[in-house]
Amino acid sequence: MKVPANLLYTDDHEWVRVEGDEAVIGITDFAQNELGDIVFVEVETLDEELDKGDTFGTIEAVKTVSDMFMPVGGTVSEVNEALEDTPEIINSDPYGDGWIIKIKIGDVGELDALLDADAYKNSIES
Amino acid sequence: MKKTALNEMHRSMGAKMVEFVGFDMPVQFEGINAEHETVRTKLGVFDVSHMGEFWVEGPNAFDLVQKVTTNDVAVLTNGKVQYSCFPNGKGGIVDDLLVYRFNPDKYLLVVNASNIEKDWKHVSEQNTMDAVLKNVSDNISQIAVQGPLALKAMQKLTPTPVEDMEYYTFQVIEFAGIPDIIFSTTGYTGSGGCEIYMPNEHAETIYKAVLEAGKEFGIKPIGLGARDTLRLESGFCLYGNDIDDTTSPIAAGLGWITKFVDGNQFIDRDVFAAQKENGVARRLKGFVMHERAIPRQHYEVCDAEGNTIGEVTSGTMSPMLKQGIGMAYLDKPYWKDGSEIYIKVRNKLSKAMVQKPPFYK
Repeated sequence: MKVPANLLYTDDHEWVRVEGDEAVIGITDFAQNELGDIVFVEVETLDEELDKGDTFGTIEAVKTVSDMFMPVGGTVSEVNEALEDTPEIINSDPYGDGWIIKIKIGDVGELDALLDADAYKNSIES
Repeated sequence: MKKTALNEMHRSMGAKMVEFVGFDMPVQFEGINAEHETVRTKLGVFDVSHMGEFWVEGPNAFDLVQKVTTNDVAVLTNGKVQYSCFPNGKGGIVDDLLVYRFNPDKYLLVVNASNIEKDWKHVSEQNTMDAVLKNVSDNISQIAVQGPLALKAMQKLTPTPVEDMEYYTFQVIEFAGIPDIIFSTTGYTGSGGCEIYMPNEHAETIYKAVLEAGKEFGIKPIGLGARDTLRLESGFCLYGNDIDDTTSPIAAGLGWITKFVDGNQFIDRDVFAAQKENGVARRLKGFVMHERAIPRQHYEVCDAEGNTIGEVTSGTMSPMLKQGIGMAYLDKPYWKDGSEIYIKVRNKLSKAMVQKPPFYK
């Protein structure tokens, strides 16, 4: 299970890549593997300002529907349009082409509460 | 948890295992969509040993099967299979099943794993005519080989001609070198193929032989996940989702297996005959999403104004159509083919159209 060292993680199996005052968000390799074939992603919160923990979208596998939560508060600035027709890229490239949203971070202080790669790795292995 | 004779086999092939009605079963191997496509275009092999099997034998066997099932057993000849259901005496369905006629005094009933105990109790209670009943569910393994190339591949394993067997027939044959194997051209995918019944001790030998024979045709092991998407894409009912103890076969679109002919005095015949005559309030219908959304079990079905007109019983993203598909009980008159209906997905109405399955041919 890949857990890149340069990302931050949540207990809900999302990853966060900080780029200045923005952050890119996706789901982890562990999450995509648990879900199986991803068949639909819905994000209808573009341009909305959301708090940490708010639902920003939904991801559906063949058998399951899961909400996705904001790892930190902020404004949703971009949605990965490629997911509309090819949601399966989350399975094949969860940390790259399969990113889900970009946000403008509301309070960078909230990043401190996220897990680093080692801590996340421990959480999925325990 | 119960294990089938192929449990170790699945684990060695990298299956993701889940509990399914008390059995430790493979839900997927390489992935549901890829497995689904393999069955639609080539062939796949399923372990369905969790299914239940009852023998009904003796001079009163016919009378018992005729009484407990809605279809007309009298039209069966030796070597034929019939889809049917057990009415529960309250206008609902105990289970749906297959009836195999071996001879006029010997039948095999194949029932859902989830209902084995309930079915056994029911059939035993109805056996007032003293037919000889045997529950052999724990001793029999079942392997389904499904897909357009299935019969061609399986022909390699038997000297008996099977490639041109008629749909819903069976033979007792030598298969993979083992005598007395039940080979049936039935299935739950809509892509053709066969279902093979054997004593547990031969399951692994036969499973390996099937994989080997199918290799040149591209065979793959298939899990229960794809079994569900395949059956739904073909519009087959799943007990517990689309039919249950509260639904009648008439409302479920199973009128074609409910035969009101002379001599077929099955349980609840009068109730179902009245429903057929007077109509029912809701009917089970297939539908296809016309907007991007995936219907799921228990989602509400609405009219354009948002009034409730039904409920989804099964739903998924069709792996072949890449479109949401499902089945739902719908109020009159929305059940008509071509009716515009709306599925409430996360509080938003998404347009769908009533369409007769199979959704993919």
